[in-house]
This record gives sequence, C-alpha cells and structure tokens, in this order.
Amino acid sequence: MLDRDQVLHVARLARLELTHDEVERMSRELSAVLDHIETISELDLESVAPTSHVIEIANALRADEPRPSLSREVALAGAPAVAEEGFEVPTPGS
Amino acid sequence: MSAPPRTATEAVEAIRAGQLSARELWLACQAAATDDELNAFTWVADADDGPNEEAAALPFAGIPLAVKDLFCTEGIPSQAGSRILRDYRPPYTATVVRQLLDAGASLLAKTNQDEFAMGSSNENSAYGAVLNPHDRGRVPGGSSGGSAAAVAAGIVPWALGTDTGGSIRQPAALCGIVGLKPTYGACSRYGMIAFASSLDQAGPLTRSVADAALLFSKMVGRDPCDSTSLAFPEAIELPRSERLDGLRFGVPDELTGEGVETGVRAAFEASVALVEQLGASVERCQLPHAPHALAAYYLIAPAECSSNLARFDGVRYGLRVDSQDGSLEEMYSRTRAEGFGAEVKRRVMLGTYALSSGYYDAYYGRAQRVRTKIAEDFRAAFERFDFILTPTSPTAAFELGARTSDPLAMYLSDFCTVPMSLAGIPAISIPNGASGGLPVGLQVVGPAFSEPRLLDAAHALELAHADRVKTIALPSPLRFEGNENGAAGARE
Amino acid sequence: MNLQPTIGLEIHVQLDTRTKMFCACELSFGEPPNTRTCPVCLGLPGALPVLNAQSIHFGLMIGHALGCELAPQSIFHRKNYFYPDLPKGFQISQYDAPLCRGGSLGDVRIDRVHLEEDAAKLNHVGVSGRIHGAGSSIVDFNRGGTPLVEVVTEPDLHDAEEARVWLALLAATMRQLGVSDVRMAEGSLRCDANVSLAPAGSGELGVKTELKNMNSFSFVKRGIEAEIARQRALLESGAEVVQQTLHFDPRSGNLTSLRSKEEAHDYRYFPEPDLVPIAIDEEMVQRAREAVGELPATRIARYEHLGLSAEHAHQFAFRPALGSFFEAVLSAADGASPRELATWTAHVAAALGERDPDASALEPAALAALVALVGAGRVAAGPARTVVLARLLSQGGDPARIVEQEGVGALDDDAGLADAVAAAIAEHPDAAERLRAGNAKAIGPIVGHVMRATKGRADGGEVTRLVHERLGL
Repeated sequence: MLDRDQVLHVARLARLELTHDEVERMSRELSAVLDHIETISELDLESVAPTSHVIEIANALRADEPRPSLSREVALAGAPAVAEEGFEVPTPGS
Repeated sequence: MSAPPRTATEAVEAIRAGQLSARELWLACQAAATDDELNAFTWVADADDGPNEEAAALPFAGIPLAVKDLFCTEGIPSQAGSRILRDYRPPYTATVVRQLLDAGASLLAKTNQDEFAMGSSNENSAYGAVLNPHDRGRVPGGSSGGSAAAVAAGIVPWALGTDTGGSIRQPAALCGIVGLKPTYGACSRYGMIAFASSLDQAGPLTRSVADAALLFSKMVGRDPCDSTSLAFPEAIELPRSERLDGLRFGVPDELTGEGVETGVRAAFEASVALVEQLGASVERCQLPHAPHALAAYYLIAPAECSSNLARFDGVRYGLRVDSQDGSLEEMYSRTRAEGFGAEVKRRVMLGTYALSSGYYDAYYGRAQRVRTKIAEDFRAAFERFDFILTPTSPTAAFELGARTSDPLAMYLSDFCTVPMSLAGIPAISIPNGASGGLPVGLQVVGPAFSEPRLLDAAHALELAHADRVKTIALPSPLRFEGNENGAAGARE
Repeated sequence: MNLQPTIGLEIHVQLDTRTKMFCACELSFGEPPNTRTCPVCLGLPGALPVLNAQSIHFGLMIGHALGCELAPQSIFHRKNYFYPDLPKGFQISQYDAPLCRGGSLGDVRIDRVHLEEDAAKLNHVGVSGRIHGAGSSIVDFNRGGTPLVEVVTEPDLHDAEEARVWLALLAATMRQLGVSDVRMAEGSLRCDANVSLAPAGSGELGVKTELKNMNSFSFVKRGIEAEIARQRALLESGAEVVQQTLHFDPRSGNLTSLRSKEEAHDYRYFPEPDLVPIAIDEEMVQRAREAVGELPATRIARYEHLGLSAEHAHQFAFRPALGSFFEAVLSAADGASPRELATWTAHVAAALGERDPDASALEPAALAALVALVGAGRVAAGPARTVVLARLLSQGGDPARIVEQEGVGALDDDAGLADAVAAAIAEHPDAAERLRAGNAKAIGPIVGHVMRATKGRADGGEVTRLVHERLGL
C-alpha cells in the first residue's frame, strides 16, 4: 500500500511533477501492483544469493588508449539551451 | 519479378539469382512503408536512399531492414517512442544496427514501439498506437509492436526488436510471425536505449525461422563497448532440421495451466502432439518459482528503468520544459512530467520506491534472490530436457484499449515470457495457428547459448506447422513494376 | 571540560590515466569547454560504460601502498541523484564491495579505498535572459568521468595540524606512486573531514559534522580548526552539535550548512548492471606490487639513517623528483657525506622553487663534482653556490671549468693572499689594535675586507691564520 504522502515523496525523488489526479491514481495503481508483488515475501530466500547478472563474466576491461572525442558542435547539437560553449541550466539552489 | 519473395532468405536468393534487384525491392518496401496504415513506423527513409550496386555482393544483398525506434541511428530520429526524445538524432549508431548495415542490410524505417519498451500492446507510444494487421481493432502486442506489425503485414522482410520481458516474442505471437529473444549477452546493447539493463536484449522479428537465424548470425558478438556482451561460442548456421528425433521437451505446469485462454491452449496442445509426431518426447515438468517471476520482474525492471531514465533531464538533449519559478528542480520535474507517458511514470515511480531507503531489501534485494531461484529452476529442467515448450502469450491479440485502464492485467500478459528473461536464456516464438481467427504463438526455450539447436528445432516445427500457419498468412502489399496488380496473387 | 577532537578524512584524488574512467575520451587539462566528450560521458541514450584497466591498476597500487586488503571480487554501484553535473542521473561508484579495505598510512588507519567517476564542472554565469530573473549556470563535461580514487580513513586524527601533515603525506604517496600529480589548486585532490568532539578519555565519539570539498592543505587545517572551535563553543555553552554537512569558505573563514534535513539524500544504491564484477587475479596483484616502488615513509627512514636532517629527509621524500635527483647525486659522488650532498640538493631546490631539477641544465654528476671541489678547498662555498651552481642550473657544464672561467677558484698563492691581508689590516687599524689586545671578535672586519677584496675566493681559515701571523699573535 502506497499512500498519498509516499507517492509524493517518491515523485520528488524521481523528479516527476504529478497532478492531484495523478497522485490519486498512482497511489491506487501502484498499491495494486505492490499487492501482487507481495507474493514474493512468502518465499524463504534466506540462504539464496542475489543475482545481478545472469552471465558469469568478470573484468571486461578496456585498455587506457584515447579515442577522438565528439566536436563541441556535435556534443551540443541536441541541447535545449546552450550558452558560452556549454549546456545552460538554471543554477541549482536558486 | 513475378511474385514478391515471401521471406528475407528468398529475397537474398532472388537478388543473387538476378530475378530481383535490391533497388526494386527497396522501392516496393519504401512505397509500402510510406503508405502504411498501421502506424508501424516513426520514420521512413527516402526512396532515393536505397542500396547501391555494391550492396548486392554483401551477405544481406541490400535488402531493407526496419529497426525499432529504441536503437540509436546516427542522424536519424531515435525517439524510443517517447515525447521526451521527439526528433532526437543521435551522433552514433547502435552496434547491432551497424553490424547489420555492414552485412548489407539497408535501413528502411524506424518502427513504432511502446515508450522506452514499456508495454505489451504498443498503446504506450507517444507516436500513437500500432494496429494489428490481422485485425485493426486489436493491438499488435508490444513493446516491439511496430516491428512485428510491419513484418507481419509484409511491408519489410524483417525487423529488429528488443525484448526485456517478452517485447519481441509476445508481439511476434500476436502478429503471427517469428521472434527470437537471444541469450543475454549474445548481442551488444550499445546504442540500444536502455530500459532494464540486466534484461534488455536485441533480437530479430521475421517471417521464417531461417530468416531469424540469418539476421541473428550477424547480430551476435562481443562488443568492446558493451561490458556485458560475450563472444558467441559457435557459428550460427541456417537451420535445416525437419525432425525432432531423440529430443526431450518439457512442458511446465506453471506456465501452461491457469490463465491461458482456451483457444491458445488448444493450439498449444496441438503443437505438443506435433512435437511427439516429429520424434521427440514430451513430459510435464515444474518450474516452481515461475509463478513469482512476474513479481520479481516488476521490481527489477522498474528499478533499473528508474535509474536508466534519470538521464532524461532536459539538459543535454530532448525535451525541456522551463520552470515558472526559474528553479532547476521545477525544470527537472516538469520536463519529466510532460516528457514521459503514464506507463513510464508508473514504472519510474515503482522502481524508485523499490530502491528507496528502507525498502531495498524487501523489494529489489528479494527480487534478485527470486531471480536466482528462477535461473536454478531452468538449470534443473535443462538437465532433463533439451527444450521447454510454452504458449508465448496466454491470449491472442486483445482489443485496443481493453487493458489500458488496468496496469496489472496488462502486466499479466507477460507471464509466459518473463521467466526466461530473468534467467537470461534464449526463447523463440513461432506461429502456432490461430485462436478465433487470430494468430497464436508457440514458445520454445533452451539453455544459454543454445540458439543454433533452438533454431533447428523451431525450424522443424515451422515446417510441420506450415498448413496451420497458412490460414493466417496476409497478402503482400508490395508492388513491383510490371506487376501492379500481381501482389494479391503473388503468394503460392 | 576537556574536549578532545576526533577527525576522519575522505579524500578524492583524480587519477592520472590517459583516458576517462568509463570511456576513451582523453582527460582534460584546461581544454575549451565540452571538447572532451563522447556518448558515454555525456550520458547519451544507449551509451554504456566500459572500465579503464589502468584505473584498476592504479587502485591496486594505492591499495598496496596503504597496506590494504585487496578484494578478490569487487563491484560498482549506481549512486542515484539529480544534478546538472551528473549526466546519467547517477554516479558510478563503489558501495559495499570496494576495491580495497583496511590498511594504514603512518598512524592513521584506512577504512576503505574505492574508485568512482568524477562529476562535470558547473560554472555559474549570472542572470540568464532565457529564464527570467533566475541565475543560470553552464555545464562543461570535459571533467565528467575522470577516474577518482576515494580514500576513507578511520577517525584516528586529533587536531587540525596533524590532519594537514597526514594529508601531505598521503599526497606525497600518491605522487610517488605516479598515480596522480595531486595538483590541489586544480581540484585534483579534494578532502572532506568528519569532525566530532567528546570529553577526553570518555572513549566515546560525539556527534559529527562533515566539512565538504576542501581543496588545499591549509584550507583543510583552517576548516577543521574553525569547526573544532565552533563545536567547542556549542558544547561548552551546553548546546548540542547537530549532524550536518558544512562548507568552509576559506576567504571569510565562515562555515555554512549545505543541506537541510528535508533535502536528505536517498541515493538508492544498487549494483551497476552495465558493468561486470572486477575479479582481481594474482597477475594483476603482482603487477601492481612491482609498480609501487619505495614509498615516502620508507624513504624518510632510509634518508635519516644516511645522516640527513629530518627536514631534508621529508623534503626529498615528499617531492619524488627531488628525491630521485638526490639519489642520482649520491650515486655519482665519490666519498662526500650524504648530509653534505643533501645540503647542496636543498640549495638546488631553493634556487629552482617549484621547478624540478630535471627541468634545469644541472646534471647530478656535476653537482657531485662541485661538492667535491668545495670539499677539496678548490672553491669556497660562497662562490660555489652563487656563481658556479647558478651557471650549472642555467647552462650546465663542468664545474671545474666554470670555476676557472669565472675566476672564482680559491686563492692558494700565499703572496697574493698575504698582500690582501696586509691591505686589510692597514684599512682597519682599530680592529687590529683590539685584536692585539685579546678581543678575538675584532678579526671580523679584517676577514670581511679580505673576502670582499678576493670576491670570496679566499679560504676563511687561511685568512685567519695569516692575520694572526702578520700581527705576531
């Protein structure tokens, strides 16, 4: 069960602005999904190791050799706001 | 050219034999894609951008390929079905797409999809729903719905899709074509816009098993740009088997019982009988943790997606919605609120919650342990069986809008495909006749890196199924010069 | 109330690899903004990280140098938070399975050593025309993705100066290893400090605060001093210390709180699914061990054993370039005392300032030869340093020839020196008189005169002998 306050807290962590209706709907829908998900709490998994990767490989390292970077024009090509050769954003905390 | 080639393999042969030029095929497909009424495409190449003479000498002879919008293609819109990436043109091309173009495929179109590959109906696209070519009132499945519809409709010989929890197999089943989800790590994920990194895999959607093998043979390989990719241990040959003698098939109780609709079950039982007729043995078996796969999947995939989609923040590319108060925080949250659709928001919320302080162990951590058990179940099963058989989807194509208001019902459409994704093992969906006039899929599952054997077995089944599959074949929309009206009669 | 401070440090050091941690972009050193980026370090859709092998090698060298336990298997985690300098919305870092654990440097125990990627640079540019009335900043992704090593100490330090000295030792160790040049002013070493106060002998730790992002040794010292003073004042007045993150402004000396409670971060760490585990094998461990070489602490001990002053021993151990120059002088010298050679190496360092001896024209063998000439009385120490060494540093060459060319060789012909002594006595009759009367100090002006007249070439002992002889003493 995910109540209104929890929905708002999670939405803030996820940087999602939700309308009043969306908060209500999220609370209802996510609670239903979580109810289904709760079935895994019945399993005894105490001695089971978690799986992050299904493949058993390690390292996959890259040699420390440079390759050409993108030109600034290309790097900035998709940016919604550009200024002074960089990506413009509202100053944090202002 | 008298009749349009039925498959990509046939098209390559026809071009080699001089019966068809790559250019002719390109123009016919380009015209059909331009005229498409299924909303299968988000971008179609110009007629002039077709293959040149040299392409004919390459393995794929220049034949057209449609690529799911999730793949980055340099200078070509790559929008992942999302409003947040409208008109985004990446500066690079995904490794698998590059490999296929290098093998002589010609990029004809980008295909519509559920936003960021999240969905089972293709209704979650910012570019509109895709229609099922067998019944335009129904969904094509998802998330690779555009690729499946385009191939099923005969507009392109083949297409590239991605599968995270069933996104190749389920639409392939609902559209009556072949879809292969390879072993995790077999194909590079570099340049494939990430949904859930530990589950995402690229794969082919085709009109024959041989085509799937042909396309897949050029997709595999270790990519230095993808740490989780592996060299495929053997060459992928074209499948030739016509029999299944001596092979052992397991049919898991958990994925073939409750929840599978009657018509689908009937088709499945018919194919089980066919497997035995082809010389294989079939036995019931158990995958005890499979019923929990969906729960684990709907924690792991959203958790990874919540992190993977954090990069869509209105700073470097894509949509930005300016804040009213000038704050960075509001710019972020408004951009993401307007850029993401309802399903993406739902999963980002679910995943953020599952990883958040105090809930990690109960949700994400537990889900990873369930994942271990599911993989163990399969390993145990493959000690007794060569392959596992299930229906691909518990139902045939459902009506547009039927499940959009009930996320959980939508999620349940993945219950036959999700366990294999969690285990990282290969699975192929092949046409398996019809239920109520709509295509139904059969899923064949093998252990990791068993694709050559899996394709062989699927090929034998495809041959044996040929009569049942014919009943759902659609007429080709391709028009060739001198054969303006020949398309309808082109099929043998 | 006798309150004892307890301090733990978290140090981030940029590693001197050629390329970034997870992509093949070259590291940036003041290049124009956004010219060292690629799909990976810009966080473009679909891009994936691939770990730089050299960053692991450097991490293992640091682990060896600090005596850490090297994890046979470690993994990367994602640390999720939104900030414009973080292109993916998460930082790839290490969490509960770091590369190294334990170990120590000097008296301070190490908790862990792990690797992570650096953030990009965010420059505030003032009010923007686009966003009405609000401040605007520009992101430059050149630095984003630079490999960082984070060293976390146990709370084993107890005052600000001790922290400063220890940090200098750590920086010297990094330099000596060749894993980082540790240019603090350029932000290649950044230090956070956890500070708490508790009654001495209580065996307990007080509530701690975290001082963030100090980028010079002296700021670290001043910041910690300021925070100790602040906490002491609070506690002595009966108030409580609130756990918080603080910023120290070195210009004003002020401490300001960085985050309020409601903004408390929830980083949602989880294993990075785009990377595979790092499995350290014997070959990697061996290669790192061989690359470590002699560390500052060992070197200080060895130099002191050779008879060097503590000051010179530290100076050479902390500046690897100076240390290796001294070693070269030592091996080129024939019989001179290491202490003497160290004094001359220190002269070289003083003359060069920030520059390394390698950057001058001076050959180690030439310095050894010069020290030998001084020892043999062929040139006096004064002109040897001011004239000969100066020329060796700027032009190089053979010290004996330079002595000759510059005419600064010691005066050993008695006649010339005797004349100079006679002249000096004649110039200072009062001094001569007092000297005769038994005032030994009175010889000063006479010797000084001789030295000036001979441009310092005369040997002081010989001059004194001649003065005494001339005055019949």
